[in-house]
Amino acid sequence: MRSPPIPEMATQEVQLSETLAHLKTESDTLKGKLEEERAKLHDVELHQVAEKVEGLGQFVMKTRRTLKGHGNKVLCMDWCKDKRRIVSSSQDGKVIVWDAFTTNKEHAVTMPCTWVMACAYAPSGCAVACGGLDNKCSVYPLSLDKNENLAAKKKSVAMHTNYLSACSFTNSDMQILTSSGDGTCALWDVESGQLLQSFHGHAADVLCLDLAPSETGNTFVSGGCDKKANVWDMRSGQCIQSFETHESDINNSSEADREVAIYSKESIIFGVSSVDFSLSGRLLFGGYNDYTINVWDVLKGTRVSILFGHENRVSTLRVSPDGTAFCTGSWDHTLRTWA
Amino acid sequence: MTIRSARPDRGQHFRPRMLCLNKLEVIVVEMQDPKSGVTGSEQKLNVTTIPHVFAGKDIIAWIANKMKTPPEEAHVFGTMLVAFGYIYPLQNHKMLVMCNDTSLYRFQAPYFWPTQKWVADDSDYAIYLAKRNIRKKGMLEPYEQAHYNHLHKWLNHKWDFIVMQATEQYKAGKERKKPDRVVFDCQERAYWILNRPPRRTHSAMDCGPERLIDPNEDEKISFDQYRRKNMFYQQAIMRSKVKSSVSLGALVKYITTYKTHDPFLAPCQPSNPWQTDNDTYWTLNMRGVDVPTKMRVERWSFSLFELLTDLRGRDDFKVFLKKEFSGENLAFWEAAEELKWGTGSSMSAKAETIFKTFLAPGAPRWINIDGRTMGLTVKGLDHPHRYVLEAAQTHVFLLMKKDTFFRYLKSPVYKDIQKKALSPETHNFSPAQLEQNAQNRSPGIHPIILWQQEEEEKAKTAAASAPVDVKAMMSKIDRKK
Repeated sequence: MRSPPIPEMATQEVQLSETLAHLKTESDTLKGKLEEERAKLHDVELHQVAEKVEGLGQFVMKTRRTLKGHGNKVLCMDWCKDKRRIVSSSQDGKVIVWDAFTTNKEHAVTMPCTWVMACAYAPSGCAVACGGLDNKCSVYPLSLDKNENLAAKKKSVAMHTNYLSACSFTNSDMQILTSSGDGTCALWDVESGQLLQSFHGHAADVLCLDLAPSETGNTFVSGGCDKKANVWDMRSGQCIQSFETHESDINNSSEADREVAIYSKESIIFGVSSVDFSLSGRLLFGGYNDYTINVWDVLKGTRVSILFGHENRVSTLRVSPDGTAFCTGSWDHTLRTWA
Repeated sequence: MTIRSARPDRGQHFRPRMLCLNKLEVIVVEMQDPKSGVTGSEQKLNVTTIPHVFAGKDIIAWIANKMKTPPEEAHVFGTMLVAFGYIYPLQNHKMLVMCNDTSLYRFQAPYFWPTQKWVADDSDYAIYLAKRNIRKKGMLEPYEQAHYNHLHKWLNHKWDFIVMQATEQYKAGKERKKPDRVVFDCQERAYWILNRPPRRTHSAMDCGPERLIDPNEDEKISFDQYRRKNMFYQQAIMRSKVKSSVSLGALVKYITTYKTHDPFLAPCQPSNPWQTDNDTYWTLNMRGVDVPTKMRVERWSFSLFELLTDLRGRDDFKVFLKKEFSGENLAFWEAAEELKWGTGSSMSAKAETIFKTFLAPGAPRWINIDGRTMGLTVKGLDHPHRYVLEAAQTHVFLLMKKDTFFRYLKSPVYKDIQKKALSPETHNFSPAQLEQNAQNRSPGIHPIILWQQEEEEKAKTAAASAPVDVKAMMSKIDRKK
């Protein structure tokens, strides 16, 4: 039986809702002010600044390698710093390390869960990290001995309360950055498994993250289902920038300071699942849900090429560390390297 | 209980695609317009005549014309229409692709379109399979049989209901006219191929696991979240900003500077390994190479960050610093990086070594930073954490960036390496040679081996350059006496 509400609690509730309304008004005012300030500084468009830049010539890019071996959709891939090896993960729970240049499979790990949505190669080249529906990110040290069972040395590092959507090593093998369906990102110490920093601010599942190499190396960007892309300071856990555009989920992100251009074309209707820039930043490669890859000229805003080859959605796309090629993973169970 | 039923249905199967599906629908409706749409015909399939049948090439031509795209793109678009179930193939019905030839297709009934908000759930599939089972007198395809057995087990509690529904539908079907029945059967079959694709079929209705948080729900922003938001806005307003012309100008400058170094924009010397199957480009640019390439040396001059990131460049910089007797700044910077990115457990030991080597009064490699920063850093070292050296490291980096770096670029050390640097000739392989290359792709050196070699090198140099413990040496000398 419910007791009648105490008068003090009733007034407290009223006070709370008043304060909430008050906060909301303050929030809207501040947001408006910020947009005003930004508008004042927006004195020129990208294509205007890029007018004098030479146009690009014709491109001949094609599939140079097709890697077959996964039994189901390829969900994620990452390059090794040696510019030729890659790690890829798939829906069937397998994580494979390939020498993409020779197309040899070098290692294979079977995860205890399906939908391994995230995988990353350690900077030293001596380990890989992966995770997915098991809500964890585990690190597997690699070995020169082909017969060694890698699962034996597995190290569980990150623990989230929901699926792992992306992971990335920082400048060393000792720290991992993860993003999860529980709406948070986190930085972990690999050796001890300790949580170093957590990043709260997304209102829904976080789907992707990207670390930008920079002088200080302290920021990263994350994108989520709440249609926001946030830039975070790794030291303090604060969100320093937030971009709110897009009409649907943000599946992939790449460092940028401000949304400077929207790349679109009438005939492109299907969503992008993954993007990456070429070495100079002039080209933007996008893997799409209509099985194609579109290549954009970042400065002019035009599409320079469209590539065909995959038989299902392109789920992941990364440019190699020295920019000589890019690799795509697809739901058609294969990976392709293009140059 | 499977994971699928435990996870909530957030409409994942249609929500992320609502936007593109709406656009697709508009086009599909236009395609079926009797005047301006695709021209169809009748087709005889076995004994029955099916109306409104279209050839793949006609559909693709219509799309190319309507959307003003080249034929390959129109082809891709056509495949998407099939992959989403708006159009279904009559022959080869398990391949959800559009073929640019005389293969026959039909438009799917709107009842079966993917934008309908009802999910293609297991009970419906079970009814369909049961009905098919009755019709085919138990001869289902292997994948259908597998599904049937699975559903029979999991939906056992309502199996009677399912069989009853299936029988009813089967009887109702028999009462229809033959052409209508054939058409409906094709439509239904296409719907289920799309939603329960057999093993080698790629269907666009395939989607990932459900999202945890339902973004369709109105955001109930809590008190705490508002406070956080407002703090963020206030900080953002106070933060210094630059004009678009400045930041965009910087972006254009960056892109232009790196243009000749981008393998997609300028040819790799001697050749791109992925294109010619020859990995000389990688061997010439390895970490420990004696003589670097001209392009690599040029890249070092772009910024201090580039010079330090390329370990070979860092080595060259160290050679210069040694000549100037000012290696301690870089050494400190390196040590601070090690602290920042190292393991949590090694932090206090590293902090102590750094203090003794670089910061303590009279330290062997004392760095010259301003009093305030020194004070803050030393104080912070009482309780060392990952970013305790941040201020000092930034100060040192800026010192190197604004002064030492430019002197390096003008120095004989840099000019020397520029002269020595290699400029490999472009490869010119004949088709026969390219084939040879493809057969003999080199495996390279495994990164683990390289890593082990590097660690050994590091240990050797650390031992060689360790500051001499004067006291220990003196006591050693004393003991000898």
